[in-house]
Amino acid sequence: MPEFLTILSSQDWQAIQLTLKLCLYTTLILLLLGTPLAWWLSLSHSKLRTAIQAIVALPLVLPPTVLGFYLLLLLGPHGAIGSTLEQLGLNHLAFSFSGILIGSVIYSLPFTVQPLVESFRRMGPRPLEVAATLGASKLDQLFSVILPLCRGGFIVAATLTFAHTLGEFGVILMLGGSIPGETQVLSVLIYDHTEAMNYAQAHQLSLGLLITAFAVLFIVYGLNRRFEREAIL
Amino acid sequence: MIRSALLFCLFSLVYVLPVYAGDKLMLAAASDLRYALDEVILLFRQQHPTTDIHVVYGSSGKLSTQIRHGAPFDLFFSADSRFPELLYQDGHAVTVPQPYAVGHLVLWSPRQNMSEVELHQLKNMTFRRLAIAQPAHAPYGQRAKEALQTLGLWAELEPKLVYGENIAQTAQLVQSGGADIGIIALSLAKFPELAKQGYHLIPTDLHQPLTQAFVVTRHGADNLAAHHFSAFMKNPAALTVMQRFGFELPATLPAQD
Repeated sequence: MPEFLTILSSQDWQAIQLTLKLCLYTTLILLLLGTPLAWWLSLSHSKLRTAIQAIVALPLVLPPTVLGFYLLLLLGPHGAIGSTLEQLGLNHLAFSFSGILIGSVIYSLPFTVQPLVESFRRMGPRPLEVAATLGASKLDQLFSVILPLCRGGFIVAATLTFAHTLGEFGVILMLGGSIPGETQVLSVLIYDHTEAMNYAQAHQLSLGLLITAFAVLFIVYGLNRRFEREAIL
Repeated sequence: MIRSALLFCLFSLVYVLPVYAGDKLMLAAASDLRYALDEVILLFRQQHPTTDIHVVYGSSGKLSTQIRHGAPFDLFFSADSRFPELLYQDGHAVTVPQPYAVGHLVLWSPRQNMSEVELHQLKNMTFRRLAIAQPAHAPYGQRAKEALQTLGLWAELEPKLVYGENIAQTAQLVQSGGADIGIIALSLAKFPELAKQGYHLIPTDLHQPLTQAFVVTRHGADNLAAHHFSAFMKNPAALTVMQRFGFELPATLPAQD
């Protein structure tokens, strides 16, 4: 193995796995939840739309600590959701993987919804109207029209969501603590390594994240260019 | 096709999680224990090789708040006795707080020898930043504040203070050069990498004692390993490690030579 990999401890590997798991789950959940929401936002003329738009964009401007704080209160053993779960014989969600997954889904919501809304708007209602006159069912329209035409939007949304979750720190620190294998993701572990003055390990992980984040964004912008060209043609 | 293969790879990566054979033990510990407790754990592992132990370090106040909000810690090692006391009173801990060490404050810098510098001399020294731990929730920060207040230096030095989230981060602030001097835990100043320059012990009569205590939390009540570890803290080998890192043993424990 190259030297870079042998320096990583089992704790580091555990954090890498956990981080990938969190990013992947967050992205999948957000694509499922974000698509209908973005669809509605791109079409609706309801007065509610502005309010929903603002709510979706909130995580962009709120300090992550605010989100983390309220989630801790809500999901913890004394919170409305946490205590209900406890009464049902389940565990509350603070300091657990499920808890930080909920936090990540909320935190990365705008990064899924906004590229999708944009892409749906660019497509416009016309292709679907044509498909409908040709007798395509709603499901057909989704798979044969929306997905292929908005492919770029979906890929950008998914990569940005993944990358943004990779960089999550404040919410997880507030809501998850730093529990190995459960909530100790890479960003939190780097913080912990720095505090322990394990600069070598902090360097390895930070550099790894830096390169990964750059690669992901490079791919996003590369794809963006390609899809823009396709759109023109 | 390629896409589904890629997804499959990602999923299998995520699902290959380590499987633990033995019991699991999760400790929450004040960060002045960062190096000492790591060594105690190594000794404990020799006797209980199947126990899988993790430690989360932080300020005692923060960890205690996390325990109140349901953090899954089995044992809580505080840097004072007040936080464990309150947890016990409120039913978040199941054992009476057990004193395990008395901590000390030192004046420390990695760039200049502080061994001859008394705390009151800070007044006449030129430096830009002095780091202490956050007094609101870190016991070492609270005691540092008390010591500066006893000497009547607080008001004068306050504009120069920077605050670490806990005592280990405070040491890191100084070590990284963000602050020139720090008031940190003796147990951290004894760590070989930080002990390159001299430190100066701050007299304990300047502040309330840093009597440190631990409790078994409600979460750890039924975890046998938690009770084993708790008993191990009286083991002579463990006490020797604690003393080597500059901790005094509380009067209730036999002193080791």
